[in-house]
Amino acid sequence: MSVKRDSFSVSITVGAYGSAFGAAAVAADFSVLQACLLSLLLFSGASQFAVVGVIAAGGTPLNAIATSTLLGTRNGLYGLRLAPLLKLRGWKRVVAAQITIDESIGVALAQKDEDQMRKGFWYTGFGVFVFWNLFTLAGALGAQAIGNPSAWGLDAAVPAAFLGLLWPRLSDRKSWVLSGFAILLALTLTPIVPAGIPIISCTALAIIIGWRK
Amino acid sequence: MSNFWIAVIGSSALAFAIKYIGASVPETFLSNPRILRINTLIPVALLTALVAVNTFADETKLVLDNRALGMAAAVVLLIAKAPFPVVVLGAAITSALAYRYI
Repeated sequence: MSVKRDSFSVSITVGAYGSAFGAAAVAADFSVLQACLLSLLLFSGASQFAVVGVIAAGGTPLNAIATSTLLGTRNGLYGLRLAPLLKLRGWKRVVAAQITIDESIGVALAQKDEDQMRKGFWYTGFGVFVFWNLFTLAGALGAQAIGNPSAWGLDAAVPAAFLGLLWPRLSDRKSWVLSGFAILLALTLTPIVPAGIPIISCTALAIIIGWRK
Repeated sequence: MSNFWIAVIGSSALAFAIKYIGASVPETFLSNPRILRINTLIPVALLTALVAVNTFADETKLVLDNRALGMAAAVVLLIAKAPFPVVVLGAAITSALAYRYI
């Protein structure tokens, strides 16, 4: 029973956050359809916000794609971790890949035995997918209805969403140091290079700091 | 095709490719500790940069406006362990009030 309960509570809380994404996307001039397609097809919160955030900051589409993809690399590593557990082929592997995200792997890895882990993965993956997409549509339609994004604080909702995603990752000294340098580098580069470049440049900091143990 | 469509389709295709490749390659691949370490740090670097730029940049200008106050509210709420939606909503409300009254 508890794996169902875990999956459901994660699905509804995280899913509700989709409304912030839908609203942020429309505030950055994406259409309601484009916001919904990002949630259906890209389906990875941080990467979706990155597409919107880079475009909102004036970056090129290529830059948005690169930033979003770098943020999505961890999903590949999750898949690597899950594959021996799920042992899937064909279309089932396609479906499982699409719902391989922070939340589905998080709930799966919190379970005690393999059967429960598999259930946790599928329930949470599907649950978040359903709620995330419904709430994206609601948020996008809501933002479209209200007009000027600044007047409703939507321009601050985007960085706040990033901060909310970043916060749990600031778990040790190394990540705090990296975060501090990333602020410095991104803001120093902002007046000098085209928009979008300051963001992706910070990948170099992650490589430099992660290189040594 | 507009920039928006290129971004939507390109990022979605690559996101799926990464997920599918992860589910398909042998497990020993990419288990190098250095790659794993860098992989956990990349989101920290990119998310921080996204926070900074979306708060303090207007195209290629640095600005201090209503968004900064919204972010200050977000930080306070995160320190107070508020849940995700409350943080985003708190930042939005603070920023909206600042936009209106300052």
